[in-house]
This record gives sequence, C-alpha cells and structure tokens, in this order.
Amino acid sequence: MPVLCSSCEQKRAVLKRPKTGHSLCKECFFWAFEEEVHQTIVSARLFSPGETVGIGASGGKDSTVLAHVLKVLNERYSYGLKLLLLSVDEGITGYRDDSLETVKRNQQQYDLPLKIVSYEELYGWTMDAIVKQVGLKNNCTFCGVFRRQALDRGAMMLKVDKICTGHNADDVAETVLMNVLRGDIARLRRCTAISTASEGEGVVPRCKPLKYAYEKEIVLYAYFKKLDYFSTECIYSPNAYRGHARAFLKDLEAVRPSAIVDVIHSGENLSVREGVRMPVQGNCSRCGYISSQALCKSCVLLEGLNRGLPKLGIGKHHRLHGKILAREPLTQEEERKLKAVDF
Amino acid sequence: MCQVDEEYNDRLEKRTVPAVSQKCVKCKEGSAVLIIRAGDAFCRSCFKEYFVHKFRAMLGKNRVIYPGEKVLLAVSGGPASSAMLAQVQEGLSRDAPKKLRFKPGIIYVDEGGACGQRLEEREQVIAQLESIFRATGYPFHIVHLEQVFTLPSSVLEAVSAAPGRPEGSYKAAVDQFIQNSKLDGSVSPGDVSPAQDSALQDAQLRLSRLDTRDTPNGTPPFTPQHGRDLERLFASVRTLTAREDLLQTLRQHLVLHTARAEGYSKVMMGDSCSRLAVKLLGNISLGRGASLAADTGFSDPRYGDVVVVRPMRDYSSKEIALYNRMFGVPSVFIPGLDTKAPDKASIQRLTESFVTKLQADFPSTVSTIYRTSEKLHTACPPQNTDSEPSAKCLLCLCALDTKVEEASAFHATLVSERLSQKRVTESPGVRAGNTNTPASGGQCCSSRGEQDGSCGGGGEGCCSSNRVPPSLDLKSLLCYSCRLTIKDTTALDSLPQYIVTEAERRNRRSQMKQEISEFLLDEEEDGEEAS
Ligand SMILES: [Zn+2]
Ligand SMILES: [Zn+2]
Ligand SMILES: [Zn+2]
Ligand SMILES: [Zn+2]
Repeated sequence: MPVLCSSCEQKRAVLKRPKTGHSLCKECFFWAFEEEVHQTIVSARLFSPGETVGIGASGGKDSTVLAHVLKVLNERYSYGLKLLLLSVDEGITGYRDDSLETVKRNQQQYDLPLKIVSYEELYGWTMDAIVKQVGLKNNCTFCGVFRRQALDRGAMMLKVDKICTGHNADDVAETVLMNVLRGDIARLRRCTAISTASEGEGVVPRCKPLKYAYEKEIVLYAYFKKLDYFSTECIYSPNAYRGHARAFLKDLEAVRPSAIVDVIHSGENLSVREGVRMPVQGNCSRCGYISSQALCKSCVLLEGLNRGLPKLGIGKHHRLHGKILAREPLTQEEERKLKAVDF
Repeated sequence: MCQVDEEYNDRLEKRTVPAVSQKCVKCKEGSAVLIIRAGDAFCRSCFKEYFVHKFRAMLGKNRVIYPGEKVLLAVSGGPASSAMLAQVQEGLSRDAPKKLRFKPGIIYVDEGGACGQRLEEREQVIAQLESIFRATGYPFHIVHLEQVFTLPSSVLEAVSAAPGRPEGSYKAAVDQFIQNSKLDGSVSPGDVSPAQDSALQDAQLRLSRLDTRDTPNGTPPFTPQHGRDLERLFASVRTLTAREDLLQTLRQHLVLHTARAEGYSKVMMGDSCSRLAVKLLGNISLGRGASLAADTGFSDPRYGDVVVVRPMRDYSSKEIALYNRMFGVPSVFIPGLDTKAPDKASIQRLTESFVTKLQADFPSTVSTIYRTSEKLHTACPPQNTDSEPSAKCLLCLCALDTKVEEASAFHATLVSERLSQKRVTESPGVRAGNTNTPASGGQCCSSRGEQDGSCGGGGEGCCSSNRVPPSLDLKSLLCYSCRLTIKDTTALDSLPQYIVTEAERRNRRSQMKQEISEFLLDEEEDGEEAS
C-alpha cells in the first residue's frame, strides 16, 4: 500500500524525512525544505534588502543546493538581494578542476555572476605545491586558513556585503563535538553562531543559511531537483580528530535522528564561565586581516613556505613574529627547529 | 588535575606495574608498587596518601560542606561510589585538624525493577550492600525504584535555597562548631564510637520499614502493583536512550525526596572524571547543553535546599580501580539497564564506548573533555531570581531552556514538525504568504504529531487514559531534552501520579495567569511562589 504524504494527504509519499521521520511527496518536501531555510533567514535576520550576497561555491552539494534555494527564495519572497557565486581555486589537480567545472555549469543554470580567486594568484602557491613542501599531515591547516582569507579577498573585489557558506546542521554539530573533544572553549563558543558580524577591515560578514538543514536532506533535495554537484571529498584528507567527531555524529544520528539538531541546541545554550581567557582580536600588521597576534595565521604560514620553514605556522611561534615583521633572519637554532618536517 | 590518564603515553599505559628495583618518587624509600602518571612511581603508602589527600583537597577547595551537616552518600555499589564511601570513612576517622566533620548517611537506590532483575537477585545484592553499609556504622537507606509511585508531588516543587551563607561564613561556621564541641564536651559528630550504636539502631529501624523481605513487623516499601506499574512504565518507553534518561530522573527524585525527608542538605555522588567526561559528551548529544554546568560540575544547586556535590571528580576510573584493589574496598556488581546492550543501543551507551575507544588512542581525551566542564556555566535562560518556579523543568528540574530566541535549533525543530504535517486551513497557495512562526510555548501542531504517534504506537495510548486528562500539557513544562524522553514514552498514563499531579497544578497556574494577564503590571512578578 503506498504511503500518503503526511503534509498534503493527497499525493504518494516518495521519501521519509531524515529530520522528522514524516513521509512526504516530492513537492511537499521541496516546500518544507525551502520554507525552513526561509524561516532561518527571516528569524536570524541574515539579509537586508539591496545587499550584494556572495555565495561561497565549491561545486559540492551544500553550496550547490544553497545557491539554488537562495535564488528561489530571493524571487519568492522578494528579498531584493543581488546574488553572485564566489569560488576559490586551491590549485588541487584533479579535484578542483572538476568541481570548478560544476560551479561554472551552475553559474550558467542559475544565471548568477561568478568570481574565481585562486591561491596561486593570491599567495603565489597552489595547494599541490604546498603539499609538496609540507606533506599530507598538516596541509588542511594551510588550506583552511588560506580559503577563509581568499573568500574575503574575492568578496572585497566584488564589493560583496555578505558571504554565505553551505555549512549544514551536520557540519555545525560535528564542530560542536570536535571542540568539546579538543577542549577548545573559544571555538566552542563561536561555532554555533549563525552569522558573524564584520570583525574588522578586510573581513566580510558571514552566515550559514543551511545551519539547520540536515546533510541527508540536502542530498535528497539535490537528488529530486536533479541538481548537479561534485561529490568527492578533498583528496588531501581531513584531519583525524574531525573524522572521529563525524563518525560519532553519524552513530548518534542512527540511534536518534534528532541528535544532530539536539547537539546544536546544546551548543547554542552553552556558555563560558567568566574569567576564562579569550584571545583578543586585533589586526595583522602585515596585511591588515583580523588576527589575535601581530601577524595573521595566513601571513605566518606564507612566510614559513617562502622561507622554506613550513613548521613556522603550525606550532605556536608568536615570539618570532617580531623578526618576521622586521624581515630579520632567524638564528640557526630557530631554523633547525622549524625546518624538520617530521609529519 | 585528573592527570592520571592525561600524561600517560602508550609506553606507560602498558606499564602500570613498575620495574622491580624502582623507588617511590615521593618518599624515595618505599619500593614502588604502581605508576600513576608518567614517571611517577608510588609506593603503597604514598599512593594511599595521595588518594586520600585528593578527596579532602576537593572538599577543602570548594568549601560547601559545613561541619555537622548531614550528608547523604549516594552509593550504587560500583567502584567509584564505593571508593567515595571509603574516603568518607577514612576522613572521619582521622585526627583533627585533618578530620572531616560532617554526618554521613548512605542511600542505595535499587533499580532492579526497571532492569528486569528477579526479586531474588535484587535481594541478594541488597544483602551484600547492607553488610558493607552496616560495617560503616552510618545510617543507611535502601530505596526501591518502585517507590516513585508513592512520592508526593512536592518533590517537584521549587524550593528556595537555604538561607544564604555568604562566602566568608564558612570559617565562622567551622569556628563556631569547634567552640560548641568544646563547651559541651561532646565528641565531634561523625566520630564513630558514640554515634555508632544509635546509627546502627537507626539503620535497623529503617531497614525494617524499607526492606522488601518479609520482616516480622515491617510493611514492605512497595506493593506488587507498584512493581507492575514500574514494568509497564518502562515497557512503554520506546527507546533505550529515553529509558536510561527516565531512570536517571526518577532515581534523582527518590534521592532528593529521601534527603529532604531525612534532613540531609547535601548529597554526594561518586562520579569519577572518566564518568563525567562521558556524561558531558552524552548530555551534549541529548540536548542538555543548557544544564551542563550543573550536571557535571562540582556542585549542582538546582534543587535549592539540597545540593548535589561530586567529590570524586578528580579521580580517573583507573585510579579508583587500583585503589579499591590495593586497599580491599568492596564493591558490588549490579547489572544496569544497558549492561548487555550493544554499543549503539542508546546515546548514553554509544557515548561511553566512543570515549573509551578514543581514550585508548588519544590518552588525553578524558581529561580534555573533563576540563571543558570546568569552563562552562549556564547561559540560558538568564538567571532571574524573581522568575516563576514553573520556569524549571517538571522532570529534571533544570532551568527551562525552551524560551529561546526564534533563531534557534529549538524553533527550527518546531518549524520542521509544522511544515511536515497537514495544516487545517491551508493550501500551498495560501501558505506562500504565511511566514508565521509557532507560539513560543511550543504548543503548535508538533504536540499533535506526538500524540498521534503515541496513540497509534501504544494501542492503549494516552487518549484512553482517565488518569491523565486529555488536556494535560506536559510538553510546555519540560526542558528540551526531557521533551525528547517524553516523546518516546508512549503511555503517558503510566507516569507516576506525583508527576501528573504537579503537571496539572502548573497547568492550572499558567492558565490562571493567562486569564489575569492583562491586569498584571510586571510580567516577571509572581505573587505567591517566587523563590
Ligand atoms: Zn504532499
Ligand atoms: Zn596577514
Ligand atoms: Zn613512597
Ligand atoms: Zn528536563
């Protein structure tokens, strides 16, 4: 016996919502999914009319669905937004080439302007070249830091008011768990925020309209909408600890499907005891980007790469920032410590 | 603190027994019998000193237990709470000034009825525990989970905290205490010798009241009907996750009630740092983030007049096991709800096996998670001393975490529920214009969905009950996480009466408030019951 859609009670249900367990027809699912994103946008006041919004587009499922839904909602509810796609080319052969092709196809389908900024053009290094120097163990540190700044730089070039990224509920919950496992209180406090205000010059405000959307529902949406996306993980694999958090979250979801949003609820209602020290944010004295140290992470990493001392940006070497800024040479002892690539 | 596990590395992990010739790092004399952290080989007596000192240091640092205060030790029979009992005995038997000065009593909650244990097994366990408890000379209380069916609804009422004892008064209280002891020439309370006889008598008296076995003149603490009620209640809970959560809640109510009835103002729980790390991660996964600080911190003030403290939080389970083995601390193995369950049977079980496995690969896991608990406090809702007592969860009694802003996970779940179900007067065309969000009480259609689920699933579900009025709104009285537990409970009429009674009272009260709302000047003010 076919199951009826629990929303319209007329059409045959084609899927069971991972988030609520309800059986829905295709149209009702699309409606519910889009409407939930709309509610998120409205209740968190993510946008204002007339803004230019850059969608961080990687060619993966999250940003592909985000671009699609934002375009639909912008028209349905007259947000009055100017949408455009913003992509970063990390310079990873075989991975980025393919996904950028997807982004370019999306651009044509959705008729949205596209800007691609590359690591090579911004930093003079591709990820392939970085991996050659630093090996596979810490490359995600580089990539994460560089990508964050690259999106900002691209957004500045296009005079974008806000960047939105495809982070979904699973990503947020996973980050909560990971920060608990790492004991990273500062990040634990920040990671459930749906948007970040501009924290300084060179930093564009960001938001996550898919914060409450389940990854599985994003895939279902893309599947039934026949959206084209590139589905491979980064070939330079992610860090082990996040992997543990992810596996744990998947298990939690299997035991109790609401666990993903339950973890986010927990994260939203935690707060840090007064007196726990939080880093003070300032600006990088070389590039002006937001930083809690004299030099931003990106500039330190870059300096390390350029001096052939890749470990410079990985450990905590704040003492050396003065020397780097003054373009002074490091002592032999300092060089020796930073050169050895034992990872 | 809690470095025992933290500073292990793989090499040392396998080497808790030191090399033959090694000397104790502390006294440099005794030959080492165990290694408790990297490089620290302790002899037997120095390990004992270290272990005992840690207990007193934890109490000393937090200064919440007053001399002469009655303290209820919650002993489950497991290694950690048994070690706690041993530490209290140790502390009370010491010479001044290192002596602990409170009056201990013991509570054991027999959960066998919810875990499907046979009566004979339960009696056997209780007999073992009784002999351990009796040897301490402290009064003890054996309480059965079935007794929740006789609890008064006052357990769930908010009680204002004991008259404030400002920070500086601790020392004054100690001085006063010593002064008094000198004046009347009596020995410190808690001292075993004179107290022993009366304590023993007290215990035996209570035992005859509480024990399940046929005692000549005692009435059994619960009837066979209560036994069946308990079975029915737990059978009606669909998931092991919710069953474990419910058990924890009911157990807590029994402990709280016993503490109040017997005049204890503190309850000591034996959570080790390993246990707390699991609890912290587990509670995050259960949506209990808002009460994380109270659930895992040293002290939990949520009940007002009775404060829960966790003096074992600096010990790892490994350390405790070593101590118990070395010094012959008896413990009793008692199967729980999830003892034979597979790893993925419940959130709590899953979390435990996850942390244990991760700890094996990354030896600092437990201590890192544990330290997180020290940096947290409750963020939501803003602590308002004038707010109504009903702003606490009916079941777990934590501050309600459901009055949050609209842009939140809580409201997102309500929106998802609403959008996945048929709405009475709507077609997609109409819906396009409708961007309303549900009322903040959370009583939108999702409660309807839940009832559908429970009636459909249980057969003789909630609607057929006459004990639970169909209008009873439990949901709005519960915190986020307890809602999930109740959502998995298919027969709400099997809940103990004290819960239903208190829920009705709160419902009536909020209805009353609604009726007169236009005449109330200050929204936060509650005339009668402000705590
Ligand atoms: Zn439908
Ligand atoms: Zn910089
Ligand atoms: Zn020694
Ligand atoms: Zn609760």
